Amino acid sequence: MSDELAIEVSELAKSYRGVRVLRGIDLRVPSGSVFALLGPNGAGKTTTVRILATLSRPEGGRVRVAGFDVVRDRRQVRRRISLTGQFAALDAGQTGEENLRMIARLTGQSRAAARRRAGELLEQFELTEAGRRRVSTYSGGLRRRLDLAASLVGRPSVIFLDEPTTGLDPQSRLIAWQAIADLAAAGVTVFLTTQYLDEADRLADQIAVLDGGLVVAAGTAAELKRRVAAQRLDLTCSTAGAYEQVSRALNRRVVHLDPAARTVGVATDGSAAQVRALLDDVDPYRDLIASFAVRQATLDDVFFALTAPDKEAVHA
Amino acid sequence: MPDALIMTLPTMTGRSLRLSLRSPDALLTALLLPVMLMVVFVYLFGGAVAIGTSYIQYVVPGVLLLCAVTGASTTAVTVCQDMADGIIDRFRSLDVPGTAVLAGHVTASLLRNVVSTVLVVAVAIGLGFRPHSDPARLAAALGLLLLFVAAVSWLAAAFGLVVTAPEAANGAMFFLMFVCYASSAFVPVRTMPWWLRGFARHQPATPVTEALRGLLLGQPSGGQLAAALGWCAGLLAVSVLLSMVLFRRRTA
Repeated sequence: MSDELAIEVSELAKSYRGVRVLRGIDLRVPSGSVFALLGPNGAGKTTTVRILATLSRPEGGRVRVAGFDVVRDRRQVRRRISLTGQFAALDAGQTGEENLRMIARLTGQSRAAARRRAGELLEQFELTEAGRRRVSTYSGGLRRRLDLAASLVGRPSVIFLDEPTTGLDPQSRLIAWQAIADLAAAGVTVFLTTQYLDEADRLADQIAVLDGGLVVAAGTAAELKRRVAAQRLDLTCSTAGAYEQVSRALNRRVVHLDPAARTVGVATDGSAAQVRALLDDVDPYRDLIASFAVRQATLDDVFFALTAPDKEAVHA
Repeated sequence: MPDALIMTLPTMTGRSLRLSLRSPDALLTALLLPVMLMVVFVYLFGGAVAIGTSYIQYVVPGVLLLCAVTGASTTAVTVCQDMADGIIDRFRSLDVPGTAVLAGHVTASLLRNVVSTVLVVAVAIGLGFRPHSDPARLAAALGLLLLFVAAVSWLAAAFGLVVTAPEAANGAMFFLMFVCYASSAFVPVRTMPWWLRGFARHQPATPVTEALRGLLLGQPSGGQLAAALGWCAGLLAVSVLLSMVLFRRRTA
């Protein structure tokens, strides 16, 4: 099973009102793996998920999910997937348990089976208490957890999660992460979108970075991190000449350039040993670098590293 | 598609009923408003309207019609809310047909209207209304009323698919109530200004009211009944088709 592809996307294109949202993307997700589509707002993440989950039609290209074409065999695909969107897809007027039972009934389970399944999921997501209350009384985090539970009711083989932790408090985020990890352990294929590097890092076997409707990078977290680290070391050079020299010396490791401030940013793990070694390496005579600062890398850094046009100038 | 509809409709209807039972304003609209309308027409307007016969005998079928319209038009709001929420994507990804989502709301509307109709008739009898009918005709009257409710509910569902805000969906009720006022439901058409008479005679509320009157008061009304059935069936067919097309467009 593991060498099969749960999701296979080739040349996927889509426009909305004349704007090309997806400009030919390719994705391959092995069965039973966790795949993260990472990108900023407006990159086309939601559009991609909606097409993969059969809610929106592709304009060009081919999409196969769970072995079926999302256009031709839409019903077959729908029987094998579930989608949890960015906004909680629950009835506020029903209790948590009633929501889960309703979904179970809609997937064709008997009354008794639906009740059993709802109970199991409420327990798994630590919602047994809250399950008796109406969803309208839930906090954002509770809603999200119930939403995740709801996506498992029909035992899908592929689960789509569109920004599953956006807007969650840290504790709910951890519970959601644990739930997603549990799914993967149970052999379900998880396709999630996120704006958070750490989330993709923690959960995903494979990551694709989407920007402006194109996949600008793909690989494992480790592969991507070789290009962008979780932290950035900013070196401020003493002179314009020193700036030239340092940026040339660091070449491929540069993730940030600011000629006006004479600052060169490189990926780092933030350890004293690494910073010391790096400083000694590029500035053995201790006259090129005036000061340095270690800061958390942002998604901006990722996109700078992966997409910034002046990167080529540095690499050249 | 039909088997998916049959499989999911009971669940979707149960959901719609549960939601409407838990929404205080929907419940108020469904049950209290009809009773209030009955009291208003019989006591407030009843004294001033002189039409030759007892006004309560005249107006009860009209009030039943108005109640059916107010009850059915809440379908616009519930449909609109569903479309605005993420829940519609959940239903679609579960392969619940759009018709089942809409039909669930319509079926719930029918059941709500059975309850409110019984309540309104009971209040009417308490106020002095005396039907002259037999069980078969009473059953026929209820059947006609429910066919009308189904047609108006589907029309309201179509309206709910067009507007994007539940507040705007509420507007369906005012429009539909106006159609009832401009019919023979509350005053005979001959008392209306000449420019309104043409509309009042040739719109569905008038034949449906007249057919209800005939069935409840034991008057012959064959022609009106046929016209009423024709209007309701036509309206139902058009509204169902329109809703399905609109649903498809909204979710494309």
